[in-house]
Amino acid sequence: MVRRVIGELLITAAVAILLFQGWKIWLNDIIYGASQTNAAVELSETWELPSDGPVKNPSTDPGEPVVTETPDDADPFATIMIPSLGADYRKIVAEGVGHNVLNNAQLGIGHYPSTQLPGEKGNIVVASHRTAYGGAFHNVHQLQVGDNVYLETKDGWYKYVYRDTTYVLATQTEVLAPVPQAPGVAPTDSILTITTCNPFLSTAERIIVYTVFDSWYPRADGPPEEIAKLVKKSS
Amino acid sequence: MYAFLWSLLPGPLWVRIVLAIIAVAAVLGILVVWVFPAIDTLITDEDVTF
Repeated sequence: MVRRVIGELLITAAVAILLFQGWKIWLNDIIYGASQTNAAVELSETWELPSDGPVKNPSTDPGEPVVTETPDDADPFATIMIPSLGADYRKIVAEGVGHNVLNNAQLGIGHYPSTQLPGEKGNIVVASHRTAYGGAFHNVHQLQVGDNVYLETKDGWYKYVYRDTTYVLATQTEVLAPVPQAPGVAPTDSILTITTCNPFLSTAERIIVYTVFDSWYPRADGPPEEIAKLVKKSS
Repeated sequence: MYAFLWSLLPGPLWVRIVLAIIAVAAVLGILVVWVFPAIDTLITDEDVTF
């Protein structure tokens, strides 16, 4: 009788552990992903769009990009849009890469505070989970030449074009340098670097996706064509 | 244990089955809404994020 109860308790514990794993990497991942996208849309709604009139001629020289003000820890200062990962793909980028950002149901993507900010020369590095907690960068390995990545801040939109993807060990932090892989070298380009874990469900390596600054769109001129629908949907 | 819990359920077989399904659903709901998130914050550390 006692043996039987012990056996049933052990089976129950095993089922509970499997349920927890399923919850963590599947159910909760979906819930977090949806809530992070909603939060990004809500954040974007707090930034005004120019009125419905025709957007300024895009050939107008927008001048030098505005440099984002240094945000406080966990401050959601941007949203990121990657059309090739989904027409609705939109997440918040917040300051810092601690659990308060990465494991957060609204935030999810963090900016390494030691790296540069939109509009600056150098390297903007962002990180997110590959799996679980919304897994914002689950499919970044699918990015290829021709794909664009957009950051939106209160100042406007920054367009980055995909350049290449590399894989490093978790200890190879030189990818965070202003010129990636070349610490100490003064930057002449602006790079947005996306980092997340690799392979799936492992922390052994990091996948590093480099995108290069292409152009900037001041808020008053309206959003770039490729994301105009997505941006306007939330206004 | 489960045989004992089953014997606690009243009524004919179909009522017992319905009650058992409700009980299992309630347990799953409690796990997902309260227990799993609480456990997750306890066992998460920098080394096990992915």
